[in-house]
Amino acid sequence: MVFWRKKKNAKEQEEQEREDKIVHPPGEPAIEPSIDEDDPKLDPETEHELEENGSEIIEDLDETPVPKHTAQDDTKEHEDLSDHSEEGGWLSRLTTGLSKSTNKFTQGLTDLVTKKKLDQDMLDELEELLIAADLGPKTAMKVVEDFSQGRFGKDISQEEVQEALADSIAAILKPVALPFNIQKPDNGPFVILMCGVNGAGKTTTIGKLAQNFKDQYGYKVMMAAGDTFRAAAVEQLEVWSKRTNSTLIKKDVGADAASVAFEAYAKAKEEGADVLLIDTAGRLQNKANLMEELAKIIRVLKKQDESLPHEVVLVLDSTTGQNAFSQLETFKEMVHVSGLVVTKLDGSAKGGVLIGLADQFGVPVYAVGVGEAVNDLQPFEPQHYARSLVGLSG
Amino acid sequence: MFDSLSEKLGGVFSKLRGKGSLSENDVMAVSREIRIALLEADVALPVVKDFIAQIKDKAVGQDVIRGVNPAQQVIKIVHDELVNMLGSEADELKFSSPPSVYLMVGLQGSGKTTSTAKIARMLSEKQKKKVLMASLDVYRPAAQEQLAQLGEQTGVATLDIVEGQKPVDITKRALDTARKEGYDLVMLDTAGRLSIDETMMDEVKAVKKASNPIETLLVADAMTGQDAVQTATAFDEAVGLSGIMLTRVDGDARGGAAMSMKAVTGKPIKLIGVGEKWDEIETFHPDRIAGRILGMGDVVSLVEKAVETVDAEDAQKMAAKFKKGQFDYNDLLTQMQQMSKMGGMGTMMKMMPGLSGMQDKIAEAGLDDSFVKRQEAIIFSMTKEEREKPDLLNAKRKKRIAAGSGTSVQDINKLAKQLKQMQTMMKKMRKMGTGKMMGMMKDLMGGKADEMEMMAQSMDPDALAKDMADIQGSGGALGPNPFAQGGGLPGLGGLGGPDLGSLPTHGGKKKDRKKKKKR
Ligand SMILES: Nc1nc2c(ncn2[C@@H]2O[C@H](COP(=O)(O)OP(=O)(O)O)[C@@H](O)[C@H]2O)c(=O)[nH]1
Ligand SMILES: Nc1nc2c(ncn2[C@@H]2O[C@H](COP(=O)(O)OP(=O)(O)O)[C@@H](O)[C@H]2O)c(=O)[nH]1
Ligand SMILES: [Mg+2]
Ligand SMILES: [Mg+2]
Repeated sequence: MVFWRKKKNAKEQEEQEREDKIVHPPGEPAIEPSIDEDDPKLDPETEHELEENGSEIIEDLDETPVPKHTAQDDTKEHEDLSDHSEEGGWLSRLTTGLSKSTNKFTQGLTDLVTKKKLDQDMLDELEELLIAADLGPKTAMKVVEDFSQGRFGKDISQEEVQEALADSIAAILKPVALPFNIQKPDNGPFVILMCGVNGAGKTTTIGKLAQNFKDQYGYKVMMAAGDTFRAAAVEQLEVWSKRTNSTLIKKDVGADAASVAFEAYAKAKEEGADVLLIDTAGRLQNKANLMEELAKIIRVLKKQDESLPHEVVLVLDSTTGQNAFSQLETFKEMVHVSGLVVTKLDGSAKGGVLIGLADQFGVPVYAVGVGEAVNDLQPFEPQHYARSLVGLSG
Repeated sequence: MFDSLSEKLGGVFSKLRGKGSLSENDVMAVSREIRIALLEADVALPVVKDFIAQIKDKAVGQDVIRGVNPAQQVIKIVHDELVNMLGSEADELKFSSPPSVYLMVGLQGSGKTTSTAKIARMLSEKQKKKVLMASLDVYRPAAQEQLAQLGEQTGVATLDIVEGQKPVDITKRALDTARKEGYDLVMLDTAGRLSIDETMMDEVKAVKKASNPIETLLVADAMTGQDAVQTATAFDEAVGLSGIMLTRVDGDARGGAAMSMKAVTGKPIKLIGVGEKWDEIETFHPDRIAGRILGMGDVVSLVEKAVETVDAEDAQKMAAKFKKGQFDYNDLLTQMQQMSKMGGMGTMMKMMPGLSGMQDKIAEAGLDDSFVKRQEAIIFSMTKEEREKPDLLNAKRKKRIAAGSGTSVQDINKLAKQLKQMQTMMKKMRKMGTGKMMGMMKDLMGGKADEMEMMAQSMDPDALAKDMADIQGSGGALGPNPFAQGGGLPGLGGLGGPDLGSLPTHGGKKKDRKKKKKR
């Protein structure tokens, strides 16, 4: 991984904000999308529940220009890079986050080892520790059962308990720890549709992914402002587009998200972008009409090319408890989620529900979010995650 | 999932009928199921443990109430205790001498900004408060802009955005402005912060110090898992919460976080967010969340109402009729009418957490209230014999009924099929134990005695007399278990719709129903 920027530096923060504010000069010529009669007329019945937006497909389409790279930026990036060495990798960052919150967990385990023989009481305690990490009662029971196989009644040390438990958990997670596999098609950009419940971190993750794709592959990234509902959602993504030197395709608030996606794809294709990241409004999975709206975005994209979108990423907040099952289940059913990004793992929540999700759905975890800054996105490392979870260091 | 707890409890208790009081072992046997149910609802483990201990204290030694099975009794104890814990009365927002200050705090993305606008709008609308909103979120991109736009949408004033100003300085400016311009209330929307982020927690402490808020509300997501305890504790310790606003209650999360947060902070849940729009805010009802945490929705409150108003004996007799598997078109009709009285299919769905999303599915399948109306029309076009003896319906009769009700023979066949399914179900229930049905009936009859009467009058007196005779002839000691499976929505049986097995079902009719209080 390349670098990240520490965010708590107030001066830098201000600087960045000021920069963010100036990049988009007003009065930028709007780019007229060329729409012919055959363009999909979007069925008007699926509208965002909360807004009466009978918007047409043809609307003002703004394109945010890629800001010029200034010498100042270069210095800043340099600083960022050098900053990195002091902070350590994401592992240490994640560990810090997790370990702060695993104190109790480790404490519990420490209590455990004073008893030497692995008995039912110890197993019960282990199970509780896992439950407290959001594994849920059933998964916790299952993990502990697996763990106790061949160990029950035998003497065991704390270290052994932790190691073995971490191994059990890592084994469940390994099959789902897969990186993004970006295969840019010849005829257009690689399209990633981001979805999830409200406030999960979709927009932020798009910013982080854009940076990552640039840093790692030098890709030209485009973003589509598909959250046409929430107040200032477009502005928020706009800031991220500037931060990451990506092009933003947007329409007016209240515009049809599917038409934004549709046009963004055409635009990205025309301009030879490598990756198109489509943002969407947050939606709770039990709202059928909003889920249908999401399905429609995909249907409309498919009119351009049957293979679209190449990835549908569900962004999952690690603070979420057992409702994550319902989220993944519904989103998977409605829009064929192809992978997850789990956010906010820098907090005190441990996101243990992931283990049950991996077990039940086997959907890949492409990356984890470990902060609010542009580089706070990291590959998912099951071994490390599992070890942190049980209170072992990296 | 819907009533897994009650099913399981029913199983545990099935051997227990006829006992005098709940023994420690009985309660131990169910505490495991209660524990799992609470954990699956995301109630934090330490809270679950305390709660189970409390339940044991309460339940052991209690006399088994006659006519009520132990499972139901324990669920009632659990539910009541839960309601108790969640806070019994709705806590009102407080005001100080103007300007009052409300400080909104919480994790990233929990809904602070949206909730700020919701509360501001609510208070300016309903209490005619002059409200000023200010965003102290200088971190999240466009966060201040978001609040400004919400201010425009809701018509609530927002503090001008000054680039580069620090949260504490914005706070001071907001207070100054409020004093100068005569605002009653200043709402401070803050940036999201992790409870373990000391720098950021210090920042919000400083804001609190500078603003001396009368309400400091933790905005927390109803989907939150075990971390609810850590988050609520940390924020409470840092800034001293006055209450909690629970967001995304419109989702299908069981909402155990509410119980966790209330338990560890002792602070009331003052408001809930039930949607993204600014008017989607409601006061908190402990009983609703309690039912939801237990996975039973409002069934519990329905049952309570029923228990109060419906005579247990009558209900038992009614159950006896079902026990025999006698379920005719009259019964089906009664069910339908009861349902529409309860607000129709949509309302019923809404009352059941976890089923709210099915409203649309049901609408899709054409199972809306107009569908029910059509079925009613069919039954109204039947003769009294046909209603009582469903087997009478032959091709000729069906044609006549179809013509009479403006439907097709196909529709009639569908209805006949559903009735068959109901009958089969009744027979199945006979094996499962009859009591279950009774509670369900009670649900639907709760408080509706007079309407029942009206309905009964529209039916054939001879048939009623016969029913009465049937009822008199049976009976027996039945323990109602309103939560157990086996019910079903009328007319939904064979349509491949969602499994609504646990919704309360009602059948039967009685002309001479007296409004009698139980106990
Ligand atoms: N600490 C932390 N905060 C995050 C992370 N990802 C997103 N956030 C924050 O969560 C909030 C909601 O994120 P946003 O991208 O707007 O969510 P969206 O509604 O799904 O688009 C913002 O305050 C983000 O800064 C993460 O990995 N760690
Ligand atoms: N469905 C639903 N969404 C909500 C609710 N409250 C807030 N939201 C959404 O949650 C997301 C994050 O809200 P926001 O106010 O920006 O959170 P903040 O980061 O804590 O300020 C937005 O998409 C809101 O529309 C609610 O009660 N129900
Ligand atoms: Mg967003
Ligand atoms: Mg906010």
